[in-house]
Amino acid sequence: MATRSLAVQGRQPHALQLFWHRYARNRLGVFGLVVVVGLLLVAVLAPWLAPHDPFATSRDRFLPPLSPGHWLGTDHLGRDVLSGVIWGSRVSLLVGFAAAATAMAIGIAVGAVSGYYGGAVDAVLMRITELFQVVPRFVLALLVVAFFGSGLGKLILVIGLLSWPQIARLVRGQYLSHKALPYVDGARVLGMGSGRIMFGEILPNVMAPIIVTASLDIAQAILLEASLGFFGLGDPNVPSWGGMLNNAQAYLRLAWWLSVFPGAAIALAVLGFNLVGDAINEATNPRLREG
Amino acid sequence: MAVQLEQGPAPLAAEPVLEVIDLVTEIRTMRGPVRPVNRVSLRVAPGQAVGLVGESGSGKSMTAFSIMRLFPTPAARVVEGRVLLQGRDLTPLPEAELRRVRGSRMGMVFQDPSAYLNPVLTVGAQIAEQLRAHRWPGPVEERVAHLLRQVGLRPEVARRYPHELSGGMRQRVSIASAIACDPPLVLADEPTTALDVTVQAQILQLLARLQRERQMGLLLITHDFGIVAELCDYVYIMYAAEIVEEGPVEEVFDRPRHPYTQGLLAGMLSVTRRDRVRVTIPGSVPDLAQPPAGCRFHPRCARAMPQCRTAAPPRVTVGASRTACWLYDPGHGHDQPDPGQGGSHAETSIDGNPAG
Repeated sequence: MATRSLAVQGRQPHALQLFWHRYARNRLGVFGLVVVVGLLLVAVLAPWLAPHDPFATSRDRFLPPLSPGHWLGTDHLGRDVLSGVIWGSRVSLLVGFAAAATAMAIGIAVGAVSGYYGGAVDAVLMRITELFQVVPRFVLALLVVAFFGSGLGKLILVIGLLSWPQIARLVRGQYLSHKALPYVDGARVLGMGSGRIMFGEILPNVMAPIIVTASLDIAQAILLEASLGFFGLGDPNVPSWGGMLNNAQAYLRLAWWLSVFPGAAIALAVLGFNLVGDAINEATNPRLREG
Repeated sequence: MAVQLEQGPAPLAAEPVLEVIDLVTEIRTMRGPVRPVNRVSLRVAPGQAVGLVGESGSGKSMTAFSIMRLFPTPAARVVEGRVLLQGRDLTPLPEAELRRVRGSRMGMVFQDPSAYLNPVLTVGAQIAEQLRAHRWPGPVEERVAHLLRQVGLRPEVARRYPHELSGGMRQRVSIASAIACDPPLVLADEPTTALDVTVQAQILQLLARLQRERQMGLLLITHDFGIVAELCDYVYIMYAAEIVEEGPVEEVFDRPRHPYTQGLLAGMLSVTRRDRVRVTIPGSVPDLAQPPAGCRFHPRCARAMPQCRTAAPPRVTVGASRTACWLYDPGHGHDQPDPGQGGSHAETSIDGNPAG
């Protein structure tokens, strides 16, 4: 051979470029992404975007939307609704991401061990998982928050602890099929231990469906947090959409804007994450991909 | 011999890098235990390339798995015999210790490199992970680049994913991974079967060069006698889970003793001949769940004698090779036949109708 080294023929686009190319074909997915990114920006920039302190009361009670200085009106204590919605995004997103991350961590660990080792380990772990699945999530969350109080950390933990079973089941299934693939045998032949194989070799291969579930989980967590807030079980020290709805209950007929705007914010956030999840699924799942 | 010793290392005198003694592997099946590896013994000296040849189903890949003690099915296990790597008995080692041996003291090259590479990790990341798993002393990235250069690839290939590479390049990558930790022994299981013919030659040259330069022991598992002739110094012939003949490659090639080896070689030569007379061994590899009594080859052997059907053949040294066949038994009444000359070995094999 004239040249000792072989060049890589033809530059292939990077995996991320390819992914974006597929993702961008889904218009709803792009819309969802815009919503999610917008929400993130609002949450991060809340102190600069909000025209008022969300807790600052004033004499201007029940101002309707489009009032000067209060574009979305004011509530029964004269607090600015727009500022509340803006600041509320912080809690929702924080709880959403943190709870989903907690659920992912537990779910991946349980599912990976269960699927990889199989046998008795799998049986025991899956029974525990099922136990968590049959408990009605919302009722348990209500009970826990009612008994132990409702700090932000506790909320995240409770929601996270209640959402991991579906991720665990998904991850288990993926590991069951992947552990029989030759690349896992290849890793074993190279002398890799179970830990490295589970998390270094298999995990990157099964990440796509996990990310899809995670983004749907974020939406679920946001909804759960808002529901708890609506029942007065949110963290009272931070403005939240659920909490605003709770306050708005008493004035549904008197001031529609108190419930409509936080409610719309919740709906938008949940919709956004769901659309993103679906679009990722479509872009990464070859069975759903056309052309 | 003594003269050679003074000039340089004498490969024959050295301790074998791999010694397999009477290895038996058993698979539990619905129909009872099956032994795909039955009392297999073989040696690989440092810097020696050894071939293990047999048909599919003869147990040659299973022998490699047994040496690694890593089976594609949990139903398989080594039940007897020993595997010594540089004199160290691997048989009693617990799994955790074996793991340290695999991939660092013993490299392995597979038939289909595309399947054995992780599809979502870059080539470099995979080799780096292996080096880290074995606590490679020194900078891992530089080592990866060095290894890729060793197998004739550019260091930039480290950033590529397996699907971006051609089959030959992938096989080069898996060879780089096999030699990553400077193992004294590499097992190669049909390393070129999945590749284009033109690439096959390159990969074989690469394996031969690396084996020579690094003075590694190489156990090459293949069904292709041509590859063995090109690459190996010594060859073992496997049939129905057993070694039926072994010897230096030229010896086995020029003077095959066992009727099975003779048939194999005749089959190969008939393909290279123009006349395209298909020479085959009638019948097929026996069912290992119920191996034939006596010599396992006797149902297909044209020269089978009464004792072949009842008693296992002795291992006899004939010339430079050893074979397990009654034909060469000293107590056997006939004169020693020398079927290796001319076309006489074809008579064992040309038999027209294959038995169902």
